[in-house]
Amino acid sequence: MKQYLKRNPTTQIVNSLRKDNDRGRNWTFMEKLLMGLTPQQYIAQAITNPFNWFLAFIFAVGIPVIIGRFIFGLEWATGGPQSNAWGLFLGFGLFGMVPLSSSGFQMGSAVEVFGRHDMEPLERLGILNGILGYLFAVIFLMCDLGQPWRLPYPMVVSWGPSSVLFLVAWHVATYLSVQAAEVSTPFFEWMGWPAGRTAIKKMALGLAVAGIILSTLHQGALGALSTYAPGKIHPLWYSASFQWLYFFVSSLPGGLCMVIVVSTIVIKTMAWRCDNNFNINLDKLHISLAKGASMGLFTYLTIRMIGVAHDNKWAYLGTGWGAWWLFEIGFGVVLSLLLLTTGVRNNNVTLIRLGAWTTILGVILNRLNVYMITFNWKHGVIEIPPWREFMITITIYCLYIATYRFILYRWPILFRWKTKYSEYTVLAAKPATIPATIPAVIPVIAEPEACPVGK
Amino acid sequence: MIDRRDFLKGCLACGVTAASIGVAGKNAFAAGSFEGYPDSMGVLVDLTRCVGCRSCEAACNDEQNLPDPDLPFDDKSVFKEQRRTTDKAYTVVNKYEVANKDTLFRKMQCNHCNEPACLTSCFVNAYTKTKEGAVIYNSKVCVGCRNCMIACPFNIPAYSYSSPTNPMVKKCIFCYETRVKNGRPPACVEICPQQVMTFGHRADLIKMGHDRITSNPAKYVDKLYGEKEVGGTSWMYLSSVDFDKVGLDNHMQNEPIISNVKDFLGTVPMVLSIWPALFTGIHLLATKNKGGHGDHDHEEGDEQ
Repeated sequence: MKQYLKRNPTTQIVNSLRKDNDRGRNWTFMEKLLMGLTPQQYIAQAITNPFNWFLAFIFAVGIPVIIGRFIFGLEWATGGPQSNAWGLFLGFGLFGMVPLSSSGFQMGSAVEVFGRHDMEPLERLGILNGILGYLFAVIFLMCDLGQPWRLPYPMVVSWGPSSVLFLVAWHVATYLSVQAAEVSTPFFEWMGWPAGRTAIKKMALGLAVAGIILSTLHQGALGALSTYAPGKIHPLWYSASFQWLYFFVSSLPGGLCMVIVVSTIVIKTMAWRCDNNFNINLDKLHISLAKGASMGLFTYLTIRMIGVAHDNKWAYLGTGWGAWWLFEIGFGVVLSLLLLTTGVRNNNVTLIRLGAWTTILGVILNRLNVYMITFNWKHGVIEIPPWREFMITITIYCLYIATYRFILYRWPILFRWKTKYSEYTVLAAKPATIPATIPAVIPVIAEPEACPVGK
Repeated sequence: MIDRRDFLKGCLACGVTAASIGVAGKNAFAAGSFEGYPDSMGVLVDLTRCVGCRSCEAACNDEQNLPDPDLPFDDKSVFKEQRRTTDKAYTVVNKYEVANKDTLFRKMQCNHCNEPACLTSCFVNAYTKTKEGAVIYNSKVCVGCRNCMIACPFNIPAYSYSSPTNPMVKKCIFCYETRVKNGRPPACVEICPQQVMTFGHRADLIKMGHDRITSNPAKYVDKLYGEKEVGGTSWMYLSSVDFDKVGLDNHMQNEPIISNVKDFLGTVPMVLSIWPALFTGIHLLATKNKGGHGDHDHEEGDEQ
């Protein structure tokens, strides 16, 4: 798309309810889906994008494997591990993606609860990142469950309320609805249903507070799940008292850094879709997010240390597992902290973006360590999942990326949706121009009066 | 400023959320420390008597209608490696070479904990601890999350992964339906030619175990494994060597597994009750005198 717009700079991309020319008639749904291009233009831009070919290759191999998993059973796909019962689908897909999706509640509460309206250009991206992460975590879960069609059982058929997983199931289900409500604002704008949008806006505060409650509990609960397995997880990664805090606290910088990483990828690959407000504020917002992430990381580091001290586990640091633990903390926490804080101090966004990457990798590594790598450490073998399990995991993750991109291209997440009639009638005569670096169509109109951002 | 209607709506939204999930918090506290039913049955296993004939495996296979094994039950080559219970074998016997001692064998099956981790970790309550002490399983409600396999401190439950449409957890159920419910000992206990296992009331078996140790202190290590481990188990073991050497974790906690989770479950009602007021309050403080609430996102002037 980026290349296509470079070649065809006069193309008008849908960013409003009505067309600029053609007497300002409404865009049809089909036009909105194709972003204002003709089907031929759309296909032409799609096949010139090498990333689409990569996705096509992954789906061509991976989707048959996913179908195979449901026809031939879990053993065919994952080898049917009896002792390490949770593999990549949960270790990476659920436990890894959920903390990186905490951005939804953090950005929502920063803007709605704490009144940080300067964060608004990233609020919708944060919320979208949140709901997609949860949605695909549930899709990973569906692949992993033996009988996924029974997923609603803990809600309607049989309750096991002493179980932490019961809490997780209820919270994730409730929170998905909360996030669906939050993310419907841009959807309603895109569809042109102002009534829905207005209704959601009125609930914004309630939704944000519900988001905080649910997230505190289920992010923690994902950690508390591992306290069922005291002898199996290596002691350095296990603490009955602090496990839920480890998971909750690390999810905070995880979610913030995921927003930094995603918005960095966005500005590099789809700058044409971002409006001026987004472009101008991004560096400043990354510094703000990095401040928050550093505080979270520092708290996390402290709690991990207290956890080791509390149970007096220092002796384990001298073992091979201890070295691995030091690597996880050194790379994922200490290095990230150094990069982020140096970046904040020197206004160096490159360092911050690098630090955001190491933070999210550190969070994922931690989840893999707890649920896969150190799990059953006394058995002395690290179980490597079979290739089909890797393939399914990669395929679902690519589906996540494709869905993410599909929505970012269309819904007003990175740009403001123009609804005022006055905003485009004046433009009727003049098609939008797209300079190479300032991408959004007609940036001038949108800013001044309605949006107090940056004041 | 937030107006009263918005505030009430916010409270309502939080309240509904809290009510929908409050169940988890409340009932979590109902799981106090449970030390087993008074008339619970159990089995005392004396490892010094076992000769590794594997007839218990055969009897179990027959009683539970399990599929035929790859190797016949009199094949001793299976002892070359350490096996675990699977969806096709609810009990397996392993061989342990112990320095300066004779070779020992240990039969492995579900130990039927007093407060089972599989049961307390199950989010659809598929497990039941019966008054006879058996931990049984209802495959009709099982979703297949396999949290019980993660939670079991003895790595016992297995999953029939090979079935695409109806996979389920497979584990020893103490021959509950066919025998223990009617007061008969499980198939493995009955078949054993060496009287390795004694079936009886758990309380009596504890006395019997300690009596054996007292009357023959040179033969046994002074510990009845399973009396206290993870809150006590219905199956208990006597051994002539340290239990670590026969594959039983000697450092198992004495509290039930669920006690590790209570720290977290205790925070649930606190968060549910304190957070709504706390964060709505912070919102009021943070947005005081800013006058910008609600209209920050080009709200007015929408024309379609």
